[in-house]
Amino acid sequence: MPDAHLRVFRGSPGEEGRFDEFDVPVEEGMVVLDALHWIQGHEAPDLAVRWNCKAAKCGSCSAEVDGRPRLTCKTRLSDFDLGQPITVEPMRAFPLVRDLVTDVSWNYEVNKTIQPFTPPADLPQEDWRWQQEDIERVQEYRKCIECFLCQDVCHVLRNHETDRPFMGPRFVVRAAGLELHPIDQADRRRYLKDSGGIGLCNITKCCTDVCPEHIRITDNAIIPLKERVADAYYDPLQWAWRKLRGGGRGPGSTVELPVLQGTPAQPAPPTAVDPDQAPD
Amino acid sequence: MTLVAPMKPQVRPHDVLVIGAGGAGLRAAIEAKTAGADVGLVCKSLLGKAHTVMAEGGVAAALGHVAAADSWQVHFRDTMVGGKLLNNPRMAELHAVEAPDRVRELESWGAVFDRTSDGRILQRPFGGHSHARLAHVGDRTGLELIRTLQDRAVALDIRVYMECTVTKLVTGPDGVTGAFGYWRTSGLPIVFPAKSLVLATGGIGRAYEVTSNSWEYSGDGQALAYEAGADLIDMEFVQFHPTGMVWPPGVRGLLVTEAVRGEGGILRNRDGERFMWRYLPEDRRAEYAATDEEAARWVTALSEGRATDARRPPELSTRDNVARAIYTEVREGRGTAHGGVYLDISYLPAETVRQKLPSMYEQFKELADVDITAGPMEVGPTTHYVMGGIRVDAETGQTTVPGLFAAGEVAGGMHGANRLGGNSLSDLLVFGARTGAAAAAHASGAATEPYLDPVQIQTAVADLAAPLDRPDGDDPYAIQRDLQEMMQRLVGIYRVETDLDEAIMQLAELRRRWATVRAPGGRAYNPGWNLVFELDHLLTVSEAVARSARQRTESRGAHSRLDHPATDDTRWGGVNSVIFRGRDGAMSVGTTPLLEMTGDLRSLLGSSDH
Repeated sequence: MPDAHLRVFRGSPGEEGRFDEFDVPVEEGMVVLDALHWIQGHEAPDLAVRWNCKAAKCGSCSAEVDGRPRLTCKTRLSDFDLGQPITVEPMRAFPLVRDLVTDVSWNYEVNKTIQPFTPPADLPQEDWRWQQEDIERVQEYRKCIECFLCQDVCHVLRNHETDRPFMGPRFVVRAAGLELHPIDQADRRRYLKDSGGIGLCNITKCCTDVCPEHIRITDNAIIPLKERVADAYYDPLQWAWRKLRGGGRGPGSTVELPVLQGTPAQPAPPTAVDPDQAPD
Repeated sequence: MTLVAPMKPQVRPHDVLVIGAGGAGLRAAIEAKTAGADVGLVCKSLLGKAHTVMAEGGVAAALGHVAAADSWQVHFRDTMVGGKLLNNPRMAELHAVEAPDRVRELESWGAVFDRTSDGRILQRPFGGHSHARLAHVGDRTGLELIRTLQDRAVALDIRVYMECTVTKLVTGPDGVTGAFGYWRTSGLPIVFPAKSLVLATGGIGRAYEVTSNSWEYSGDGQALAYEAGADLIDMEFVQFHPTGMVWPPGVRGLLVTEAVRGEGGILRNRDGERFMWRYLPEDRRAEYAATDEEAARWVTALSEGRATDARRPPELSTRDNVARAIYTEVREGRGTAHGGVYLDISYLPAETVRQKLPSMYEQFKELADVDITAGPMEVGPTTHYVMGGIRVDAETGQTTVPGLFAAGEVAGGMHGANRLGGNSLSDLLVFGARTGAAAAAHASGAATEPYLDPVQIQTAVADLAAPLDRPDGDDPYAIQRDLQEMMQRLVGIYRVETDLDEAIMQLAELRRRWATVRAPGGRAYNPGWNLVFELDHLLTVSEAVARSARQRTESRGAHSRLDHPATDDTRWGGVNSVIFRGRDGAMSVGTTPLLEMTGDLRSLLGSSDH
């Protein structure tokens, strides 16, 4: 088998990044993460790569391969033309830590703003009953491995440097898992509208496209929650009811989304790293 | 103490510091926080990525939703019999009694388990369990468990230190007083003074070449505890899971869940023979189906969710037995081209397979180009779990060092000589909670603030810098490759004294190489440098495994000696192995009598008490 030719982003915050090139011997079934490990073990021991399970179950090894957000542990070299270089870069929507590793802590801060599971106080747990078909949708949301590829590809997030007005697809999915739980009592509609910025998503489905768990993020999470929000806020009857009741600004509560710490990595877009033009 | 300004460690005191944020660590942190302690939770990876996420099949708890006859007593008996009676009986009892409450508690925190037709938590059969006992979510139960605990920890506002490695425990005359570590992202040191420390760092699988474990499983907790003066027990008992992937090479060792067999998967050798019929232990044969037809009736009844008088298929024998069977088939020339055997679930309707085993379906399709609804998988044994670990008190998780606690895989005793599938998720919930409560109680009873010995801190800071500063030295990746190859070859499924002697010698040589290891590059997110500290721990636990394995001159559970193939109850049936640091500073090995079982518990073992 021919060697694979990898162009790997190297760099730290505050310095100009570069692409280092490596020829990696290919074995059958090899994935991009195998190639990165080979590079660490033989050529560049300090190449920064985040990974854990190498089984597409933990969502740690997210990166952009030839410009596309992917889990490197399930991106097979055989899917590429090995005559051409394969470019591996960090996720662009988050601040760079080093090489292929980005600071994804913003996501953990967003997660803290979501009201957790709230079962009814007056229903004893021994009486909780629901059918498998009632939870299949919720289980789909709960397949999420938090790889943050959907956050990386989301152009609402990419278009805002540090002050991000949208929670991003991952956390719409988490909120959907709570909102559609058979017995959850909390109302997150106002939060979704005012804090989470769900209205900013214009359903381009890029997130669904990159989800390694094949969660139908747009169709099954974002759109149903947008509808719930619309029903609560833009339905004339609901609006009139709120006016009559004289109460507040609608159901649920709001909270500020965190500000991204550091500037997003955003290394050169793939079009600008044409192999013929790149240095060395 | 004078330190160069940037290397002066950050100091973050807590009442309780939990090291490791998998299921056990998260559960301990939640319990300690709920008890009112100020809790810090340290993990090497991002939160929610710990190895628990890889657990697939389910969490064992005698809820009795599928089999009304199930009870904690039967669960206790199954666990003890599976562990070949080397288990700490009090741990096995507490585990069986409390697991159902811990599972229900997860549901109350938002976990969404698969359901029975009457709307309750569904349970599936697993090897060595007398009844359908594993609460599950398809084949991604670990993800559900860790996400639920993670969300709970977030709701309780527990302080989490992500991508932070602990390299040393700090000790004083009265036990542990804190931990020293560094941020992986920056490489800068950090010190955690703590009144109680909980180790929940998981296993040791990365000592082996073929393993289902992530890189994090480098024996950190076992080694840190040993260095701090704690005992390790039963370290010879390393579980080789019968079914890991064998092809392609990049995924060799990756877990194929036991749920495949739980749902009816059949093992065959190259000749198409269902070989497990030949490997059932005589004294347990009556628990298994007698014919293919009876096994098929069992599977049909299972898929239709109804009771049956058919007994379970031979593939649901205990893991140690199935792993040896597969190994033997391959060694005797009846394996597949890639050195495994076939595991076939494709005779079930494709839709059923995709619904019950969605993550296995994806895993084989994406990583091996195999459609498991259309043909068999190729599987072979893979290093999966260590039954041994830090010696703890059953009730509290207290180690032999004051202030130091341990829970989950890092602790020993619960599983004896062999762990049943599904018993690790329940273990980490039950003992995570108990240990968290005990650690909080210990902290609240502490009279003084913990004192951190500056000499120990200074040494830890210097040790951290040394591999970066050396002008030359051995490559950490090369040492790791040599260690894994050696452990696989000499301390694997089958062991023999000469190999174990050789392993102990080679470990000494690897330790010498490690002492002058060099990691080029800077401090920020430098994987080669990070590996140096994991290797330190791996070398310690590998030696513990080799020395314990050499001492136990019998075969029992997961420990198989070619030179001592029989189980020797007279010499070894009444003792656990113990590893401790001797007076001369060298690793010593000995034995300790099994914990006495109460008469009530003994009577539960019934006829299986041999």
